[in-house]
Amino acid sequence: MHLILFIVFAGLCLAGAINLLLQTHPINSALSLVVVMTSLAVLYLLLGAEFLAIAQIIVYAGAIMVLFTFVVMLLNAGREERTLGSRAGKMIGFPAVVVFLGVIATVILKAQNLGSVALSDPITSTEDLSRVLFHELLLPFEVTSVLILIAILGAVALARAGSGERRVSK
Amino acid sequence: MIPISWYLLLSAALFCLGVVGFLIKRNLITVFMSIELMLNGVNLSFVAFAHEWHLVKGQIFVFFVMVVAAAEAAVGLAIIIAVFRARSTLAVDRIDLMKL
Repeated sequence: MHLILFIVFAGLCLAGAINLLLQTHPINSALSLVVVMTSLAVLYLLLGAEFLAIAQIIVYAGAIMVLFTFVVMLLNAGREERTLGSRAGKMIGFPAVVVFLGVIATVILKAQNLGSVALSDPITSTEDLSRVLFHELLLPFEVTSVLILIAILGAVALARAGSGERRVSK
Repeated sequence: MIPISWYLLLSAALFCLGVVGFLIKRNLITVFMSIELMLNGVNLSFVAFAHEWHLVKGQIFVFFVMVVAAAEAAVGLAIIIAVFRARSTLAVDRIDLMKL
């Protein structure tokens, strides 16, 4: 059962990620990213992280992707044109990616003491998570609220009408 | 029962697909989406290791990554809107003011 669920949702995840790269229209890429994020939520649930699975759907598939689709709609983003791109990206970037993936894969496959995952494993309940979050890590949690506030202020200041034109007129 | 290394391999594959997307995509919004894909790949390995060592803090780290990603998405998309206003294009090849 676990194996079937993993294969189905890992396959969906990879298919969505590859589809994101192949699509030329940004809205199709955004929708395939939603598929990736939702299937990742199921994988989190298989790993026993119930809070994160729900947070993944609400925050990522809900809030962030709505923001993305909203911007795509707002800017009327059309089909992207295929250009060659930078030569440095081709010459250094792709070999670096291949080498990176190879190194990680060999390290993971050579590691002997890694365990396995089963559906019967105990799940981390939201209660356990919040106990750690609000006792030991209360200060970082509060700092993130300041970060979010600053991000909202920055977003409003940047997207305000006129902030782009002023830079051009100089 | 499946080994935890499969989850780790999936997360590495997602991260590398994100890097490839960052390199080949020519639209500012899709480049930004590739960054989100990389963040998600790393999150999956955090959750897998939290399960492996029975540590709750790994999951809390993912929670913080989500918070930072939300802030990053808000600011980044605002920057994209400002860039679009200034240059009326989303193609990264035409946004080359600081290129040598």
